[in-house]
Amino acid sequence: MSNPMEMNGGSVVAMIGKDCVAIASDLRLGQQAVGLASNFEKVFPVSDKLYIGLSGLATDTYTLRESLRFRVNMYRMKEEREITPETFTHLVSSTLYEKRFGPYFIEPVVAGLPDATPLNPNPKPFISTMDTIGCITTPKDFAVAGTATDKLYGVAEGLWEPDLEPEDLFETISQTILNAMDRDALSGWGAVVHVISKEKVVTRYLRGRMD
Amino acid sequence: MEALVHRLAPPPAYVNPDDVENEDASWGNLNELGVVKGMQIPRVPDPAAFLSTYTNSMSQNPQAKIKLAHGTTTLAFRFKGGIIVSVDSRATAGSYIASGTVKKVIEINKYLLGTMAGGAADCQYWETYLGMRCRMHELRNKERISVAAASKILANIVYEYKGQGLSMGTMICGWDKTGPAIFYVDNDGTRLKGDVFAVGSGATFAYGVLDQGYHWDLSDEDAQELGRRAIVAAGHRDAYSGNTNNLFHVREDGWEFLGNKDVSELWYKYEEEKRQARAEGAPAAAAAPTSEIQPVPMEE
Repeated sequence: MSNPMEMNGGSVVAMIGKDCVAIASDLRLGQQAVGLASNFEKVFPVSDKLYIGLSGLATDTYTLRESLRFRVNMYRMKEEREITPETFTHLVSSTLYEKRFGPYFIEPVVAGLPDATPLNPNPKPFISTMDTIGCITTPKDFAVAGTATDKLYGVAEGLWEPDLEPEDLFETISQTILNAMDRDALSGWGAVVHVISKEKVVTRYLRGRMD
Repeated sequence: MEALVHRLAPPPAYVNPDDVENEDASWGNLNELGVVKGMQIPRVPDPAAFLSTYTNSMSQNPQAKIKLAHGTTTLAFRFKGGIIVSVDSRATAGSYIASGTVKKVIEINKYLLGTMAGGAADCQYWETYLGMRCRMHELRNKERISVAAASKILANIVYEYKGQGLSMGTMICGWDKTGPAIFYVDNDGTRLKGDVFAVGSGATFAYGVLDQGYHWDLSDEDAQELGRRAIVAAGHRDAYSGNTNNLFHVREDGWEFLGNKDVSELWYKYEEEKRQARAEGAPAAAAAPTSEIQPVPMEE
């Protein structure tokens, strides 16, 4: 009943494509069974080609976003460079573990396209996900979180294939989140998708079922 | 020889002593008159506690392994032109949407409809059974059963099982000698006669629309539209209601099914109508803010 992870509802999914990544979330903010808002985004930009999705308890979505914004800004000033997706994942992880005995009720999903560096001239697209206290997993295909987790796994397992071009990746992640949401009472009310490729980030709002 | 035959003979078939009374029972748990003899009850000290340990039939115990179909919006109202019955079609088990195509209006007979909220199986079984009892009444008395009598049969049945975990909130709607009538019957044994009812997790939202649009002299068309609109409002706001809307109209010559429509598509249609009305009718309202809340980027 009053499980903080299911109070507000909401889901996030990220997928790897060929030299691109995509991350999507639903737009519902609810209070148990009652839908309150259909413009509650759970995916936020960290830098040009790095995004984080924070699904779970809505108040912690905002708290964690602000706290990560502070830490990323500090990192940027001290290091005088952008944070890489890998490093950012570890930053999120340790931020979560700081609250080991009274955690944020958030399961984050990170999606990013690392910049090429002399040490790493051909970087691969990167996604990662964590549990509420920061245990990292870095899948090669897709990462899901939120109240529609089971359903997202089911659909993604069926639709995803390796080396999708940005347009095809958009179609795949959109169909995945739309169809998973339609089987979840606590997710839905529209969705937003970000497709991150080398040249640009394309953000699109999807028209979803409103019931 | 006797001993040898005895030894080689197959063992006698095991007979469960409980089954002896069901020996000629090809009628399941009904007797030869079609009346329910009684349900099998688990032999434990407290059957109700046993049931709620394993199922969420009493809407408690969310950890229960067996989740029964729940969550609904159903409504019915009486007006000049008869009765409108309007329901959604979503069945959920926890937050999982188990089905979006449930028939929540049970056609008891040509003149009687029952709605389904709570345990899907409970409603389906007992309202189908109510149909049999109503037919028996017709054959015995050469006259159709009144809505009052039909709903009382159901209320008496559920009262017999009170506290055992039956879960149903239903409206028995029909037309009899006295005209159109709606009775609300639930698993506590409550039986209420009334003009406007909404039942289920989305009922409050449905009442909101119903109360502001309802009056006795509604035209048939307006009444049907009100029934649809109330279910769409509930399907929109309530997570456990939605998918499609089934609409029925009960008149003197029996009920009529008016179709199955997608709640989400209706919602978009109503939003578009509202938008157009604003654009044409009220220029002041058209200036309403259209800007979306934009995400705050992490970089400054």
